[in-house]
Amino acid sequence: MADTPTKVVVNCTTGVTEVLPLTATEIADMETARVAAEAERVEREAEQAANAILKAEILERLGITEAEAKLLLS
Amino acid sequence: MATTYSLIEANTLSSSAASVAFSSIPATYTDLVLRISARCADTGVYGGLKFTFNSDTASNYSFTVMYGNGSSLAGDADTAIANARAKFTITASNATADTFGNLEIYIPSYLASVRKPLSALGAGETNAATAYMGQNANLWKNTAAITSIQISEIFSTNLLTGSSFYLYGISNA
Repeated sequence: MADTPTKVVVNCTTGVTEVLPLTATEIADMETARVAAEAERVEREAEQAANAILKAEILERLGITEAEAKLLLS
Repeated sequence: MATTYSLIEANTLSSSAASVAFSSIPATYTDLVLRISARCADTGVYGGLKFTFNSDTASNYSFTVMYGNGSSLAGDADTAIANARAKFTITASNATADTFGNLEIYIPSYLASVRKPLSALGAGETNAATAYMGQNANLWKNTAAITSIQISEIFSTNLLTGSSFYLYGISNA
């Protein structure tokens, strides 16, 4: 069985630091956030991959290299 | 120019944790600064941090980030999310071993009855060609004074042992 995730709480008035186990609700919230963040990452990486393909196609149509394209835009 | 720059509290993780929180932040400064060195357990090269103020997890935050990795530059934004973000600022499991990202978050006028902007600039320190850095701008759409800040990793993985968190207060007089 995996260890229960913990949180560190630093009280800035008393200077006391506590290490506390996450509650079931906090663990569920964390999982929901993880799934949402992962979906966002997959979407971003798919967009980057699609852009890379599109860029390569444009360079091929123009008959220039990426370095030459950068030179034109500098 | 700030006339004081005082350490309020600090914590270095002696074991991995899902989050680090500073609670009961004193209302005796003008601005707050967080300086963080962190590494997370995500499986990628980079990670990021998210921040919630006063336990507010409603969609009251907006952010914009510009990030780059040495060969390409890109951006991302959202206007209604559940936390402020410092994306592309820390290292993760596939970064060079024992390297940490470092970042600074500046929160001006944390006591003022206005919406709270904050900036976060950071970079991973992986010793490889593809290292990320991110410049983040955020807004917490709430006018309450900030009394607590919770910090966790964007992909909800653990923050690893050795990660350090320093909260400073700046006074203008």
